[in-house]
Amino acid sequence: MISAPATITETPGIWERLWQRSVPRIALVILAVVTLAAIIGPELMPARAREVSADQYSPPALAHPFGTDLEGRDLLYRVLEGARISLLVGISGAFISFFVGTAYGLVAGYAGGRLDGGMMRAVEILYSIPRLIIILVFINAFDKYVKTWMANEGLGSMAGDSRVIILILCLGLIEWLTMARIVRGQVLTLKAQQYVAAAQALGQSHFKILTRHLLPNLLGIVVVYLTLTVPAVILDESFLSFLGLGVQAPQASWGTLLADGASVINPIKSNWWLLVFPGVAMCTTLLALNFLGDAIREAIDPKARR
Amino acid sequence: MVTFILRRIISLLFVLFCVITITFFLMKLAPGGPFDRERKIPPQIMKELLAKYRLDGPWTQQYRDYLWDVVHGNLRLSLRYRNRSVNELLAQTLPVSGTLGGIAFLIATAGGIWVGAFAAVRHHRPADTLSMLGALLAISIPTFVVGPLLILVFALRLRWLPVGGWSGISYLILPAITLAAPYLAYIARLMRTSMLEVLGSDFIRTARAKGLSQPRIVYKHALKVAILPVVSFLGPLAANLLTGSVVVESIFNIPGAGAFFVNSVLNNDEFLLGGVVIVYCSLLVVMNLIVDLVYMGLDRRIRLYD
Repeated sequence: MISAPATITETPGIWERLWQRSVPRIALVILAVVTLAAIIGPELMPARAREVSADQYSPPALAHPFGTDLEGRDLLYRVLEGARISLLVGISGAFISFFVGTAYGLVAGYAGGRLDGGMMRAVEILYSIPRLIIILVFINAFDKYVKTWMANEGLGSMAGDSRVIILILCLGLIEWLTMARIVRGQVLTLKAQQYVAAAQALGQSHFKILTRHLLPNLLGIVVVYLTLTVPAVILDESFLSFLGLGVQAPQASWGTLLADGASVINPIKSNWWLLVFPGVAMCTTLLALNFLGDAIREAIDPKARR
Repeated sequence: MVTFILRRIISLLFVLFCVITITFFLMKLAPGGPFDRERKIPPQIMKELLAKYRLDGPWTQQYRDYLWDVVHGNLRLSLRYRNRSVNELLAQTLPVSGTLGGIAFLIATAGGIWVGAFAAVRHHRPADTLSMLGALLAISIPTFVVGPLLILVFALRLRWLPVGGWSGISYLILPAITLAAPYLAYIARLMRTSMLEVLGSDFIRTARAKGLSQPRIVYKHALKVAILPVVSFLGPLAANLLTGSVVVESIFNIPGAGAFFVNSVLNNDEFLLGGVVIVYCSLLVVMNLIVDLVYMGLDRRIRLYD
């Protein structure tokens, strides 16, 4: 899923240019490794690693390379499982924001006039409500509905996942605001280009102009912003986890692991591995995503290239 | 100028009205009521409770009454903190959050602008790379990890500063740094990008050709223009910081308003939520107005340079 940049086929050479430079290459390799580890890692672990044991807070050793937690669970397994959920939430949340934000921004920017004014006013109003409150109100409101819906669909056994679904929805539905603004701004400049006027003069439908002419030219900036939204959503989820509103135990995300690790910090007995391993996993991934985003931006922006 | 400010104040009132309306009805639509947590309440008492807090009657009536009270500055009684008015709760906690947030604001802006300019001037040199790596790390590590780590080092090991609480200037330092760190990093990144762009522009080349010294070029000419993107970020930043952060305040045990942002939603305390949202929203719009005025002041000088 990380290979999304490959979709910018309209401007050949970007992919090659990214791969030639060391920073985006390292970032891509890191992201591929993390994704692969998240997908197959937990399956490769021995069954006993998943279970609660009496081996509480044992430091990293051969049996448990990352040590164990409060309940004697293997931290390596927990971090891999956390990678699954954090990446799932981050990527799905970013994609929801991508679809909603792009569609909204496209319509507002293309329509212009009063519709544009009204739509952007609505975004402004949503911006003036604290993010945390919107997220919490969503969680509060969705919680019951998603749970009953899942029970009705015979998905009762997946009750633990309902929170993950709610988180993805909420975070996706809050992150789209910025995406909409960026896309709209871009559409306003694109709309003034002559090829759009030509398409209009030829009698092409608005839908076709939007999807065939405007969307492909937007993809670059949107992909950049997408790579930067994934880390933002992962971070948001970690804050919700700290507040006890994120992923629910026994499921783990990097956020819940970090929150657990941070809560046991004390000068007498530092269970450092509880903080260091999830922290390194999360930071490396977020850094890689940010560096990749910056590199794509530089690759598509002629002004940034020197 | 006067019409500009007047128009903005009218738009503030409009945004406030929309935000109050949205939160009011969202809270009504959310499942659960404010008195759910307690043991079963006999119907008669429940009726009296609802009457006392003026939650009886149809929604439209309640909405009209609430708006009327808000216009008269009465934010009503909190539903959770019994017998205490929202005005009182906010008057008690906002000065604390405001002090902490104000200091964090100063650290983040001054530090961010300095680091960003410093990195831009040393473009592609180790100091640039390192400070930008540091900035990305500061954005990627959640504050709930940074806070406990700072406590561990500076309060528990070195014993230089208190662990938490709120009774003097020394209690401010660690939470203010924790709160400021990610914003400082964000501003530094903004500042660096914009500074790089400005340093490559024509008027800087002219200044160089005139034989001005490097510090004079950077601090006298480039900074004024490069600071603009940072200035437009300061409005939302101030609103965010001054209303308090639930994470930092809970880590350092600070009696601020941050917790209200979470508790009001989770407790279905709709009047407290309303109060918090009104304060945040007004602050945001007022700060944005100030930012725009500053921007206009700076803008005039840019036109002179261009």
